[in-house]
Amino acid sequence: MTNAISNNDDIVYDVRNLNLWYGDDQALKNINLEIEKNKVTAIIGPSGCGKSTFIKTMNRMIENIPIVRTTGEILYHGQNIFDKSVRVEELRTKVGMVFQKPNPFPKSIFENVVYGPRIHGIKDKALLMEIAETSLKSAALWDEVKDRLSDNAYGLSGGQQQRLCIARCLAVQPDVILMDEPTSALDPIATFKIEELIDSLKRDYTISIVTHSMQQAARISDKTAFFLMGELIEFDRTSVVFANPADKRTEDYITGRFG
Amino acid sequence: MSQETNYIRKDSRMMMKDINQKLPDFKVNSARIARRVKLNNFLRHIFSLSTLFAIMVLAILLYRIGADSIGWLNTGFLTRNLSIFPEKAGIYGAIIGSVLLMLIVIPITTVLGVSTAIYLEEYATKGKIQDFIKINISNLASVPSVIFGLLGLAVFGRMLNLGSSILAGGLTMSLLVLPIVVVASQEAIRAVPGFLREASYAMGADRWTTVRKIVLPVALPGILTGSILAMSRAIGETAPLVVLGIPTLILKIPSSIMDDFTALPIQIYYWTLDTVLTPEYANLAAATIVVLLAVLFILNSVAIIIRNKFQKRF
Repeated sequence: MTNAISNNDDIVYDVRNLNLWYGDDQALKNINLEIEKNKVTAIIGPSGCGKSTFIKTMNRMIENIPIVRTTGEILYHGQNIFDKSVRVEELRTKVGMVFQKPNPFPKSIFENVVYGPRIHGIKDKALLMEIAETSLKSAALWDEVKDRLSDNAYGLSGGQQQRLCIARCLAVQPDVILMDEPTSALDPIATFKIEELIDSLKRDYTISIVTHSMQQAARISDKTAFFLMGELIEFDRTSVVFANPADKRTEDYITGRFG
Repeated sequence: MSQETNYIRKDSRMMMKDINQKLPDFKVNSARIARRVKLNNFLRHIFSLSTLFAIMVLAILLYRIGADSIGWLNTGFLTRNLSIFPEKAGIYGAIIGSVLLMLIVIPITTVLGVSTAIYLEEYATKGKIQDFIKINISNLASVPSVIFGLLGLAVFGRMLNLGSSILAGGLTMSLLVLPIVVVASQEAIRAVPGFLREASYAMGADRWTTVRKIVLPVALPGILTGSILAMSRAIGETAPLVVLGIPTLILKIPSSIMDDFTALPIQIYYWTLDTVLTPEYANLAAATIVVLLAVLFILNSVAIIIRNKFQKRF
């Protein structure tokens, strides 16, 4: 599938007329937005507005819920991800995800990081070690864990676990990283570290992050999408959305009048 | 101001009103509390007596069997084969029979049971049909063993012409304990937190990879515990073997799975039956019971140790 806009290399995701239903309840209503390469796109909105649903649709994780139904298109580098020829397994190696609650596997730190490469067929021990080191360094965790790579990941603090999950995600060499409120279970210091990390990761990756914290969105994102009751109300550069929102509802939300 | 904002503000104002409402007054009745404390103390004694009763019965049983087996349970008893003379009789053949039986039951039930559990929990689409299958498997787990014996006799004994061989006995026992393994494995698999599966799927793993590398390792202790408990049930079961028509007295030690055989519970059963003819058979039965109970005790202890050691890591 080709078209003028999606041939633009700077557009990673082009969402077109996306609708999504949980059974009879419509959770996303006619969403249209583009996600740009090497930018951090924040998705904000009150609870239940569909922001998590939206981000989980981008790597089709939402389909693990059997009653979900979608219409419309999500073009990923010009390819509709709902197309029958697209394998979700392949899509998800290109589009990684970091979850709300740190979810390392009950395995060693090393085994967590190399889980992805291993399932994709890499067996060479030296290569795996190199991948682990690079990924942990990129996730700013290497110095803290390099002496205990064979320890169980559950011995790490919550913030370290979340950075481990980011390292695990990086190890598959994704193109996009989706983050679903990655700091909501963390303390302020751990949150700060993750935010710094996101800032350094955007040089190499395209990041889309759902967040409950407006301050976080303002601090780390280049573009901000505001969702309300399943609709995309406003989508613009973060500076514009926060300083000069076009829609009254956006202003009400970011100034804390509801939400 | 937009409609949504108005709505939400109105909603929160209503909430504030609710919070400020006063609870209706009611008096605390001290006499009633005193009565309930009394009832509680009384029930505590009833409950502890119930426990004591069960333990007492078990103790009496163990004492009587222990007393009967003294002087009969020795290495000779374990290494000799059967004999019609009580002094020369041993249970070596029955031990071999039980071991061979388990060698058939263990692989069949673990492979079939765990595969079924994986299918039902990880692959089958959730719905009415799946619920129906699950309920029926649970029901199968409570079908009396004698009925499985009849099934084994009809299918393995007669239709497949396996007679009363170890293979026929093993297959019958496998059917009997399969539902237990399935249900235990299902529970173990269901207890694996969904966020681990999510993490695996999000890395591009397919279902089987996720099952093999994440779900099964985490569920393994639970599966093992269930399987061991199922094995101990199979070792102790008598009825299906009786229905299959295990011969009363076999002097030959089985050498292949197509041979006729005897097993520990069967031996207990026949010796107890024949006590009328030879009173010493009661002592032989008691000694065999001690051996069987020891095996079951060890198996159950292993299961409990595994369960406690790997419990709740999340």
